[in-house]
Amino acid sequence: MATTTIFYAALTIGLIGIIAAVILYFVSKIFHVEEDPRIDAVQACLPGANCGGCGFAGCRAMAEAMVSSMDLKIAYCPGGDYDKIGEILGIKAEARDPQVCVVRCNGTCENAPSKVHYDSAMTCAFANSLYAGESACPFGCLGCGDCVAACSFDAIHINPETHLPEVDEDKCVGCKACAKACPRGVLEIRNKGKNNRRVYVACNNKEKGAVARKNCTAACIGCGKCAKTCPFEAITVTDNLAYIDFEKCKACRKCVAECPTGAIHAVNFPEKKAPVAVETTAPETAKTNANPVES
Amino acid sequence: MNDRIPQLAGELATEITKELKSDIKKLGRKTFRLGGVHPEANKFAHSADVVTFPLPDQAVVYMTQHLGAPATPVVKKGDKVKVGQLIGEAQTFMCANIHAPISGTVNRVDMIADISGYKKPAVIIDREGDEWDESIDTTPDIIRDIKLSKEEIIARMKSCGIVGLGGACFPTHIKYMLKPEQKCEYLIVNAAECEPYISTDNRVILERTEQCMIGIEAALIASGASKAVIGIENNKPEAIAALVEMAKKFTNIEVQPLEMKYPQGAEKQLIKAITGRSVPNGALPISVGCIVNNITTMYVLYQAVQKNKPIVQAYTTVSGKSIPKEQCKIFRLRLGTSIRDVLNAVGIPEDTGKIISGGPMMGKAIANLDAYISKGMGSLLFMNEKESLRGETRPCLRCGKCVSACPMGLQPYMLHALSDLKRYEDCEHYGIMNCIECGCCSFSCPSFRPLVDMIRVGKAKTGAMIRARNAAK
Repeated sequence: MATTTIFYAALTIGLIGIIAAVILYFVSKIFHVEEDPRIDAVQACLPGANCGGCGFAGCRAMAEAMVSSMDLKIAYCPGGDYDKIGEILGIKAEARDPQVCVVRCNGTCENAPSKVHYDSAMTCAFANSLYAGESACPFGCLGCGDCVAACSFDAIHINPETHLPEVDEDKCVGCKACAKACPRGVLEIRNKGKNNRRVYVACNNKEKGAVARKNCTAACIGCGKCAKTCPFEAITVTDNLAYIDFEKCKACRKCVAECPTGAIHAVNFPEKKAPVAVETTAPETAKTNANPVES
Repeated sequence: MNDRIPQLAGELATEITKELKSDIKKLGRKTFRLGGVHPEANKFAHSADVVTFPLPDQAVVYMTQHLGAPATPVVKKGDKVKVGQLIGEAQTFMCANIHAPISGTVNRVDMIADISGYKKPAVIIDREGDEWDESIDTTPDIIRDIKLSKEEIIARMKSCGIVGLGGACFPTHIKYMLKPEQKCEYLIVNAAECEPYISTDNRVILERTEQCMIGIEAALIASGASKAVIGIENNKPEAIAALVEMAKKFTNIEVQPLEMKYPQGAEKQLIKAITGRSVPNGALPISVGCIVNNITTMYVLYQAVQKNKPIVQAYTTVSGKSIPKEQCKIFRLRLGTSIRDVLNAVGIPEDTGKIISGGPMMGKAIANLDAYISKGMGSLLFMNEKESLRGETRPCLRCGKCVSACPMGLQPYMLHALSDLKRYEDCEHYGIMNCIECGCCSFSCPSFRPLVDMIRVGKAKTGAMIRARNAAK
C-alpha cells in the first residue's frame, strides 16, 4: 500500500515537472529578449556602488545607456575604467582628468572657536535650518557629517580634532554625492591635478572681510591679492570670496604665499619648499600679514 | 456654567477663593482627546506686573518679524521717522508691514544677525526723543464703540502689521480674507498659554481686559462669526474671573475654561476642545468654520482698530528657574531693543546653560545674544546648565510613549527612523505633514532621542518633495 502511494506521488510530481518544463521552453523561445552581452562587460568596468552620481539610476542603467548610444560622453563616472569600456565598445576613450572632493572650510576649533554648543539631531540639514553654526560662520562646515553618511565609498570622515571632514584621496571617486548632501555647499569636486597637486581656496564665506575674520581667522576676506598675483588669471573674487578655476590654474602657488589669512591651500606639493606647507604656517601668516580692513 | 464663576468671585474679580479655584477646575474639564503631556507649569511670572522697559537709544528693526517673505524697507539713511511710521512695506501676499518703534533718524539699512546668527535685512534707527506719528491716538482712554466696517478692519490689520503673537507670527489679515464659499461660525480666542513659564497672555488679560474684549468684538465683525469663545486653561483663575466678569458687558463672547494639558493652545487641539470638531488633515481651521487667534493679538488689534496704533511693542516674559522669583518679569519692550540689554536688566545667572526665545517646548535656543527683540518674542527663558543639556541619546526601546503623547495621532519613532533614512515618500504616507512640531514626543522619550528635530527635517524635505511633484503636474 505504502509503496504504491509513493509511486503515484512521484509519478504525479514528475509529470507536472515535465509538462512545466515543456511550457517554459516554449515561453522562453517566444518571449526571448535579445540582450547585448557588452552591457554586462561595460557594467563590470564601473565601480558598482550605484551611487547615482552620473545621473542614472545605477551602474547598470549607465552601462545600458552607454552601449545603446555608443557614446562615452553620455555620462561621466569618475570610478569607471574608460579605456576598457572603449575597448569593449570599439571607440576611443578621451582622456579625462580624475576629480576629487575638496573641503572649502578651514574653520577648525583653533581658527574658528565655538561660541555655542549644538546639542540636537546630528544632521547638518537640521543644524543649518536652526542656526549659523557653532563658530557663528553662516557659510562654514557644521560638522554633523551628512557628507559622511552620503559617501558610498567610505572616502570622507570627520576629524574628531578639527571637527571638519577629511577626504581620503585614494578612495574618493568624485561622485558628488557629498557635495549634494552638504546644505551649505562647502564641498567642491575639483580636478585632482598633475601628480595630485592642487591649489584651492579653503573657505566658503561670502561675508565682508572684517565680519568673516571676526568668526574665523582662516577666512577668505576677499582682498583680491591672489587675483592680482595670479599670472594665469585663474582667480576671481565674487561676493568677497576668491575662487580658483582649476582649468586655468597651473599650480604655481604664488597666491598661496600672498594670501594674508592662509585661506588658500596647496596640497601634495613636496615638503622641501617649506614656506608653503599648508596648515602649519597659516595662522602665523595670518597674524603678521593681517589685512583687517577691506572694501 | 459661566454664570457661576463671578457669583463665587463676588464683585472683585481678583479675589480668588479656594472654592472658586476648585470650581474652575471642575468646569474646565474640556480638552482635546488624543495625546498631550503635562510639563511642569513653572509660571513664576504669573503675578508680576507688566513693566515698561526703558526706550533703547538705538533700535534694530528686522524686516522679517513674521512668517513669510521679508518686508521691503521704505526708508533710507538719514530719514527722520516717528514712532509708528511705516518703515517696511509688505509687497507680497505672505508678509506684514513693519513700523518704526522709536522716533529718530535712520542710521542705515543693513544686514544684521538675528537670534539664529543668520543675517537678516534690518533698519537701524538712532533715537531722538519719543515722538509719535500724528495719526496715532496715544491717549490712554478706552474707546468702546467700533466705527469701522468689516473691510476697514481687515485693511487696518494689514496696514498696522498685525501678526499672531502666540509665537508663529502668522500675518493676521490673511486669516480673515475668506473665500466666498467659506463661512466663519466660531472665532476662537486662544488664551490657553499652555507652554510652561510664559505668563504674557495672563498679564495682558488681567491688565487690559476690556481692550482685549473690544479687540475680540472687532475680530468678530471682521470674521462675520456669530460667537467668540475664549479658551483658557484652568490654571489662571484670576484671568478667567476677570474675563467672565467683562464678558457680561459683551453679548456674544463666551469664556471656556480648559483642562491643563500641553498642547492645549495648538490650533487644531483648541478647536477640538472647544467645538468638538476635527480639522481634516492638511486643511485650515476655516474648513470647519473656525478662526483661531491669540488673546494678545486681540489686544493689539484693539489698538490698531480704535487707535490706529501698529505693533511697535512686544510683551516679553523673562523667567527661568535659575533667577530669583521676584526677578521674573514681564516687560513691555519697544521692538528692536537689544536682547542683551533686556537680559542684563534681569541679570544673567552664573550657571546659565542656554537662553530660549519662546516656550521651553517649542521655543528656539538663542545662538546669537547680540540680536534684537522682534514681534512675537513672547518670552526669554534662562535654562541652567543641568536643564539645558539633553541626556545621552540611546536606542529606541519601542515603548510607545511618543505614540501615546502625540496629539496628532502619529508615530513619532517611525517618522524619526524614516526621516533618518531619507525615505520621504514613506514619511508622507505616515502623515509627517500633519506634525505640529509641539515637541510632546521628544519630551516623553525615555531614551532622549531627538524625535521632533529629526521629524522637522523630514517634514521640510517631504514638503519640498510634494511641492515639486505638484509643480510637475
